[in-house]
Amino acid sequence: MTAPSAVPLPYRVVSHRDETDDTATIVLEPAGAPLPPFAPGQFAMVYAFGVGDVPLSVCGIDGNRLTHTVRAVGAISSALRALRPGDCVGVRGPFGTGWGLPEAAGDDLLVVAGGIGLAPLRPLVLAALATPERYGRLNVLVGAREPGDLLYPAELTGWQADARVLTTVDRADERWQGDVGVVTTLLDRASFDPHSATAFVCGPEPMIRATADDLVQRGVQPDRIRVSLERTMHCGTGHCGHCQLGPLLLCRDGPVVTWTRARSLLLVREL
Amino acid sequence: MTTEASGFLATLAPAHRSRLLALAREVSFPAGVRLFEEDGRADRFWIVRSGSVALDIHVPGRRTAVVETLGEGELLGWSWLFEPYRWHLGARARSALLAAEFDAPKVREACVQDPGFGLAVNHGVAQVIARRLKATRTRLLDLYGPPDTGAAR
Repeated sequence: MTAPSAVPLPYRVVSHRDETDDTATIVLEPAGAPLPPFAPGQFAMVYAFGVGDVPLSVCGIDGNRLTHTVRAVGAISSALRALRPGDCVGVRGPFGTGWGLPEAAGDDLLVVAGGIGLAPLRPLVLAALATPERYGRLNVLVGAREPGDLLYPAELTGWQADARVLTTVDRADERWQGDVGVVTTLLDRASFDPHSATAFVCGPEPMIRATADDLVQRGVQPDRIRVSLERTMHCGTGHCGHCQLGPLLLCRDGPVVTWTRARSLLLVREL
Repeated sequence: MTTEASGFLATLAPAHRSRLLALAREVSFPAGVRLFEEDGRADRFWIVRSGSVALDIHVPGRRTAVVETLGEGELLGWSWLFEPYRWHLGARARSALLAAEFDAPKVREACVQDPGFGLAVNHGVAQVIARRLKATRTRLLDLYGPPDTGAAR
């Protein structure tokens, strides 16, 4: 694996698409030398010049181009969400562990996403769809707050041709024809053999816990449940300690870890 | 998957499952039909074979709010097990629905006559209620809403 870049390299925004009221997807291409290749599940530190940098998972990898979906929750992410084609940012990376999709060869796949957690899972879904012969049945289960908060609705529809795609929302409007309830309820209708399935889970941590516990109860091995955890990533290289979670430095040892490692850490009130 | 091996019926031992199903009759409903209304008499319940049901609450002055959807294998209705036997929610078929329908007084009577069966049914329904309570509490957290960390992100 090539070492990640420790200094931000210039990237230019080549497209911007609003996803929801507070979330947009931007595509970046190198303005000079590219960063080493990213794997699904890894993240970059994206620097809005003069404002600061934040960790953003890659939600698309196309050659040297990087796609990120960013939700405006603070000054930096708001600045990134507001970027338009032609604007420049600094990018460091790739950082962290990936989803490790190839290790799930032969297994049924369960991709469970809550809210913006679908973004880091998107490249994994695309990789699985591109190589269907390597895997068993592909299930994509997505929960969101409201119908308008669902990311990539057109893609979700397109994936239905080759995967079991189920969506649910917490609050329905009169036009919504999908399910209403928490994302774990969708597991009842997923197609998988729990003894030969690998799950990939990303979303708010209570949702991760509920999903992973439910999967274990159904017979999925904790080592075959991979979850993406989030703490305040800062340096990206395991030096500053901002992202420490017990014995883990999530920017280096995560963000993707197995449920075997994560479960006990998420039950501790403060680490 | 079939309802015999999944969902609510999977919580019952085979003997209890058979005993319960012996009290069932197969029914179907077209999409859009209302199965019951809030505060109506809870004298039946169903196990969904196929299709989908929306549970809703009438909010005066606003549209009826769908609070949960149920699908294949799931228990539709538990108010029939507890006095005063009135529905807590309304229910509408969201698609063509096939279901096993049960006469609630007959099932309650069978539970009284055979305490082992009664315990199993009560335990199974309690699991359903606990699961829905947990799901409701999770939704109360509004997990997907705006974060309140205040971090500069």
